[in-house]
Amino acid sequence: MKLKSKIKSALFVAFVLAIVGSITPGCNGGSSNNSSSDSTATNSDDKTLLGAGSTFVYPLFSKQFSEYNKQTGLKINYQSIGSGGGILQLTNKTVDFGDSDAPLNDEQAQKIGVPVLHIPMCSGAVVISYNLPEVKDTLNLSPEVLADIFLGKITRWNDAKIAAINKGIQLPATAIVIAHRSDGSGTTNIFTDYLSKVNDEWKSKVGKGTAVNWPIGLGGKGNEGVAGLIKQTPGGIGYIELAYAIQNKMAFAKVQNKAGNFIAPSIASTSAASNVQLPADSKIFLGNTDAAEGYPISGFTWALIYQEQAYNKRSEQKAQNLVKLLWWNIHEGQQYCEGLHYAPLSPAAVAVAEAILKSATFNGKPVFNGKPVLQ
Amino acid sequence: MKFSFIKSRDSRSNLLVREISYIAKMDVWKSIKIKRTFRQIRMEKIFRSSLVLVALSILVLVIAFLFTLIVQSMPSIKALGFSFLFGKTWDPVANVYGTYPFLLGTLFTSFLALIISIPFSFSIAIFLGEYYPRGWFSEFLKNSIELIAAVPSVIYGFWGLFVLVPIVRSMELKLGVTPYGIGIFTSSLILAIMIIPYAASLGREMIRMVPSSLKEAAYSLGATRYEVIKTVILPYSKSGLFAGILLSLGRALGETMAVTMVIGNTSIIPKSIFDPGNTMASVIANEFTEAASTLYLSSLIELGLILFLVTVLINLIGKKIIKRFTTD
Repeated sequence: MKLKSKIKSALFVAFVLAIVGSITPGCNGGSSNNSSSDSTATNSDDKTLLGAGSTFVYPLFSKQFSEYNKQTGLKINYQSIGSGGGILQLTNKTVDFGDSDAPLNDEQAQKIGVPVLHIPMCSGAVVISYNLPEVKDTLNLSPEVLADIFLGKITRWNDAKIAAINKGIQLPATAIVIAHRSDGSGTTNIFTDYLSKVNDEWKSKVGKGTAVNWPIGLGGKGNEGVAGLIKQTPGGIGYIELAYAIQNKMAFAKVQNKAGNFIAPSIASTSAASNVQLPADSKIFLGNTDAAEGYPISGFTWALIYQEQAYNKRSEQKAQNLVKLLWWNIHEGQQYCEGLHYAPLSPAAVAVAEAILKSATFNGKPVFNGKPVLQ
Repeated sequence: MKFSFIKSRDSRSNLLVREISYIAKMDVWKSIKIKRTFRQIRMEKIFRSSLVLVALSILVLVIAFLFTLIVQSMPSIKALGFSFLFGKTWDPVANVYGTYPFLLGTLFTSFLALIISIPFSFSIAIFLGEYYPRGWFSEFLKNSIELIAAVPSVIYGFWGLFVLVPIVRSMELKLGVTPYGIGIFTSSLILAIMIIPYAASLGREMIRMVPSSLKEAAYSLGATRYEVIKTVILPYSKSGLFAGILLSLGRALGETMAVTMVIGNTSIIPKSIFDPGNTMASVIANEFTEAASTLYLSSLIELGLILFLVTVLINLIGKKIIKRFTTD
């Protein structure tokens, strides 16, 4: 009897402790802002910047930041935890800048509550790769065919619709096997955004997002997962990042753009896609671009910073360092894009990015006037 | 001080007598006797309370897990209710979340893996426990089986993707089903290999613990080796064998990485074992990093909660079954 009551009281104590323990970290969404931000403010000096976000841009950032570090001595620590994670960290003010492959959505913007600047850093293309050992020529794909394939309406490679835009190519009767990303990803966002723009049925049935409810197909984790599925499955088709496809020498299709031209994805045609009239806040999905020579499935990745840089007892020096770094990124830093298979910003995009960076303030005064960062 | 416990091969009581007489001979013992008693009691208390504390902290941890999961999944519980459990669509764009296909996938792959693995793990257990309990060959075999459990699951995933998938695909071609190669069947195969060591090791220990008097009695009555295994060893060790199965099932339910790589990750409800599917653990692993909206994130956490509850439920049922087996 005594033992029983002891066990009971022990259980009760455990329960109470558990509740206390889980409630405190449980609601860290808004309440723990102060504590976490204070620790960053004290931990990091003016010579260090913290960033977090997109994995897509990580190779480029690490190259750019190491070069910048050599020239200025400023240390930049970037964690590639995914766009969503980067936005969350920026919301909690634990980093100086975030990076996302998509602009903030309404919910995220509402959570942050103050204006956040989106500065395009580079753009990337999503290519359609396929596995048809019999076909040596490059396939042509039109938006309608692409959407029909991913909706599951075209099931064989020798379908009349595919043959009509690939005259002279002997297409096999192989069944089409679709591969898509199983993990939430900016690549999926760019691809589904494009399909939503060019196909109404896709828009109403599936929509766009970092992860969607795919009507058909197999999911692979990461670019390597999708690429593996395509390589292994005869008749496979899927979408992957341009950089990954080039590095792994995968076959990819030409896609018809808005102007009617079949465009092969390349760094030049991706840069060309962003050389159009851009909105002043740069928050635009580049999919289905108006540019005649532009590859139609591409998108920016944006660095995200607070417009008002005086928060959290940050020093003005730090704010300046941050804006100068991003300024350098969109100018001198662009030279590292091509080597890593990223598309540099087009002149139109650089102009917009400059204007956005100049609008950053510290206590209401502009942080940076736009002079060259390094002499 | 040549008093050696190791050397003495006498019976235990003999050893005890010698020990006591040795202690009694020491003069020091008398002088510190009283002090030591107090100290002893205090030490005992400290030791005991530290044990309780550690045990309690585990309890706290489990309850805290559960509580955190419940609190964090509140938004989706409120918004979706029971439709979360039985809904057939998982659509992050439209914010509609139904976990039914994943629940099905998790249970399907785990139990299929269990069915595939049982003949192997039992054979290994009987072989190592009864036929070759000693010797270098037995040690070698035992260690290599335990090594199977030590291999990181991502390696199984890669091996599955590059070796097993093409084999399964060519098999599917012969069977005339859609030759995806990846899918529920392939994941179950991988899982089966991964969980064999758990049931095998535990089973081996249990079979070795069968008293030899029982076995010898059966032999003396003229039973063959197979008959001894069937009528003496297996009935005697069945609760242990079942506990091993339970352990491997728990492992299969929670396995993430290897399954994610070969299951096909589609939220369409599988119609046959060769279709691609998805499990709860792999959905969480796949979609957690980029889950942007509150409801999405909370739905993924609720998925974790359901996985937690399913595991607990299956364990409880298993314990009940073990109890019934042993009281029979």
